[in-house]
Amino acid sequence: MNEVGEAITFLLDPASWSGTDGLGRQLTEQVLLTVTALLVVVLVGLPLGLWFGHRGRGGTFAINVSNVGRAVPVFAVLALLSLGPVGTGVFGPYGRAGLATLIALVLFGLPPVITNAYVGVREVDPEVVEAARGTGMSEWQVFRSVELPLAAGLVANGVRLAVVQLWATATIAALVAGPGLGNTITYGFSNNTYRYVIGGAILVALGAIVLEGVAALVERAVDPMRRVRGSGQNGLVHTPQTTAS
Amino acid sequence: MHVVSLAAVTTSSAVLAADPPCYARSVNAWICPEYVERYAPELLDATVQHLFLTVTSVALGLVLAVALALVARNRPRMRSALQGSTTIVYTIPSLAMFSLLAQATGLSPTTVIVGLGLYSLAILVRNVLAGLDAVPAEVVEAATGLGYGRLRLLTRVEAPLAVPIVMAGLRVATVSTVAMVTLGTIVAYGGLGNMLANGIDDAFKAQVFTTSVLCVVLAVLLDLLLVAFTRLVTPWTRGVAT
Repeated sequence: MNEVGEAITFLLDPASWSGTDGLGRQLTEQVLLTVTALLVVVLVGLPLGLWFGHRGRGGTFAINVSNVGRAVPVFAVLALLSLGPVGTGVFGPYGRAGLATLIALVLFGLPPVITNAYVGVREVDPEVVEAARGTGMSEWQVFRSVELPLAAGLVANGVRLAVVQLWATATIAALVAGPGLGNTITYGFSNNTYRYVIGGAILVALGAIVLEGVAALVERAVDPMRRVRGSGQNGLVHTPQTTAS
Repeated sequence: MHVVSLAAVTTSSAVLAADPPCYARSVNAWICPEYVERYAPELLDATVQHLFLTVTSVALGLVLAVALALVARNRPRMRSALQGSTTIVYTIPSLAMFSLLAQATGLSPTTVIVGLGLYSLAILVRNVLAGLDAVPAEVVEAATGLGYGRLRLLTRVEAPLAVPIVMAGLRVATVSTVAMVTLGTIVAYGGLGNMLANGIDDAFKAQVFTTSVLCVVLAVLLDLLLVAFTRLVTPWTRGVAT
């Protein structure tokens, strides 16, 4: 318990936050990695998943990729990338091995976004879509005014799962000499200074919970069906992978 | 004839001896069967540790999940509290989780098992509850009408009918646990993850590649094993379109 106190003192000390390997720099790297990867994942994954869902095809492939992806350790992908051509070189503000980390983040962020967008659109009642077409709506209108609002909850849930995944993956980057807050933890372990280990872990865990909370609020805000449905959609059981036996 | 062939053998073995193996620092190939041969004992030990950590973690998660689900199933407030808390646990990155647990359990397999058990709890609690919910009310009523007590109802009627959904969750939990065990290397118990970490430190490509592949193979094999087991224990679901 004494060590937890020391860890909190460490976190509150302004000196811990400054410098080239201070917490400030590491937190910036980690947030930058998460935000950049999230942008890429949303810009690439959402249109793809929504389009698959609207066409009703391509999604099984996406779900299979998600299932296989779960078996691939984040750590292994980071290791393979960092020893590969993208290497451990410094990548701008993302730091050492920044590019390898960014690629790994995108790879692990895409599956939940694509899968949930696909399933969200697919699960819209076909009779509702049929009725919308019957009233003379164009394909785009059907998608924009019917499918998208009805799918919004699940789509946002996929983004939320991705955010949590991205943050966790960015933490692991430290194991391949990459950037981010994981460095405080690994440094603490290798030097037996447990206030670093606990301090770093507290920061990482708090960051994850804050991100999850913000994502949950966004998820509720964008779902126009939340009042109708009542208490709804829970990410884990509703991930389609769970029932894809 | 004899002399010629002998000479041929000598030259070829001389060439072999001169060639550095593909795992040598100077070659450092990604794919290297000689590495697998040379390091077979280490790979086997790491795989056994990996398997042990995975199975123990998921077993711990399953036992806890079943117990908690049975207590909470008919208590709506406890139920949502249980699902809420397991979700929060699930969002904590594993590196932070192991680091915090290590303060209590040290650099030991227990740290990894407790951490991963808690993660699998998030998936398993939901699926055990969903599995029990999926038992048709008429079936429960019929069994009660036949004089089944609560325990017999649970073990003879509800549990078997919940198996498919519970097993679906167990597959997800197992496969993701195999992947996450690698991170146990932070507390020195990561199974194949330990070799992966050493491989990174030495920029040893064959080791990184081989252990990565082994992780995936292990996950796929365990998944197939669970599928086969599910089919075996739920013969009535066979041939029914889902």
